Amino acid sequence: MREGLVNLALIALLPLVALGAQAAGETYFVTLVTKATILALAGIGLNLALGVGGMVSLGHAAFFGIGGYAAGIAAHHVFAGTPVLGWPLTVEGTDQMPLIWLAGIAAAGLAAAAIGAVSLRTQGVHFIMITLAFAQMVYYLGVSWKAYGGEDGLPIYLRNQFPGLDTGDAMQFFALAFACLLAGVALVWQVSRSRFGQALAMARMNEARLAASGISPYPVRLAGFVLSGMIVALAGALFADLNGFTGPSMLSWHRSGEIMVLVILGGVGRLCGPLAGAMLFVAFETWLGGLTDRWQLFLGLVLLGVVLFARGGLIGMLAGRARHG
Amino acid sequence: MLAVERITAFYGAAQALFGVSLAVGAGEVVALMGRNGMGKSTTIRAICRLTPPRDGRVSFEGRDLAGLAPHRVARLGLGLVPEGRRCFATLTVAENLMAAARPGPWDMARVSALFPRLAERAAQRAATLSGGEQQMLAIGRALITNPRLLILDEATEGLAPVVRAEIWRAVAALKAEGQAILIVDKSLHELRALADRCVILEKGEDVWTGAPAGLTAAVTDRWLGV
Repeated sequence: MREGLVNLALIALLPLVALGAQAAGETYFVTLVTKATILALAGIGLNLALGVGGMVSLGHAAFFGIGGYAAGIAAHHVFAGTPVLGWPLTVEGTDQMPLIWLAGIAAAGLAAAAIGAVSLRTQGVHFIMITLAFAQMVYYLGVSWKAYGGEDGLPIYLRNQFPGLDTGDAMQFFALAFACLLAGVALVWQVSRSRFGQALAMARMNEARLAASGISPYPVRLAGFVLSGMIVALAGALFADLNGFTGPSMLSWHRSGEIMVLVILGGVGRLCGPLAGAMLFVAFETWLGGLTDRWQLFLGLVLLGVVLFARGGLIGMLAGRARHG
Repeated sequence: MLAVERITAFYGAAQALFGVSLAVGAGEVVALMGRNGMGKSTTIRAICRLTPPRDGRVSFEGRDLAGLAPHRVARLGLGLVPEGRRCFATLTVAENLMAAARPGPWDMARVSALFPRLAERAAQRAATLSGGEQQMLAIGRALITNPRLLILDEATEGLAPVVRAEIWRAVAALKAEGQAILIVDKSLHELRALADRCVILEKGEDVWTGAPAGLTAAVTDRWLGV
């Protein structure tokens, strides 16, 4: 109950800050809120695997980056006037976000299915390392892919378009990202209330007990992992369009760690935990980052404090230790 | 229905079962007895393939269970209530039941009729239930998978006498309906009244099998006394 109110307040805070910044003429802050919104979406995606399913993946940057590259590659071909694929069938580039998202989400879903199919045969530290290894493979693929900028990445000169919106306008782009976040929250909420979501939570709590109920943990986990990767890919596509850039940095393991940090900061397994985490993360990055290059030291201290003293993360501090999962 | 033939099982290098045989027929209640550490729970785990047996054979309704994953065994109709009233603590009572449900005569309504307390607490998280209620939920979760054989591992351990009585009443009701049950418990008195057959384990082997009437003082002192 109380967590529901806190969640609503957190969700409402984003457009309020964005509108306030817009009214004050501080477009830069609208962009920051948009960044927090997009990172929150990525966190919500990861939280499905990490919080609900107990899968500690250090490889979600791969899905984030695949989404980002979908946006970058599509825009690159539109700009250059070349087809994405010439053979066996011609696929033209597009600057339409719905198509880009579809492609990015589908590609990330396939990648997650492949990575998950192998990784989920392991557990614990092995799972963490194998997801990391797969993500590094994707990272080096990005680095070596000269056609798409290799190490330097791809600039997106003109933000991709969404029907009926001027995505170049900071406020409208924020509204779009916010709508995606809401959709992500609603999806994860529905999923965790479903029978599938309960089985996923059970797989986290006790695999043997789940199996004793006649449900195989493996396909349940794999489906959760794939869905999680797909949500993160959407966040990646938005992130690339926000920054006007996509590159290997989106695929690096730092990025996986960053998304995980904001999930842990906010509260693992709490529906809107990543929202709180992302807001704090962006606030730290902006204000402390403006004061010192070593802002991550302070973020680390906060993270340490949260892990040691507030096991429910920020949401736990605000709403109490409510249900986990 | 269930035939266990000379199974052995190991935990790593340590051998826990040295050849256990037992059988459960349709509608039968079989009690698995023995002192602590004699292999009762390991036998249950081996049957459900949570700790797969190394040698010997387990078959259920004529089908060899060798090589099956635990969830496949469960789907064949073995409903396990694991030791220690294991519920999914952060899920509600209804969610615990709903996720395990499979089609058949046992549904939410019937489980609620057997354990009215679960119906009252349907929206509560399993962690907030009393020990007895958690045990009822664990039994309900096994029943709602519509098992042909229900396996109860220490279902009454550590519960208050009133609650134990309620669990035993439920088990008796299940038996009256013709539910086949394999039960591990230490309550000699209740098992005598309920079981069709008793199997006593000693150091990982079955050493005595017979009707409860045969559980004379000599037998219980030798194999079950402390």
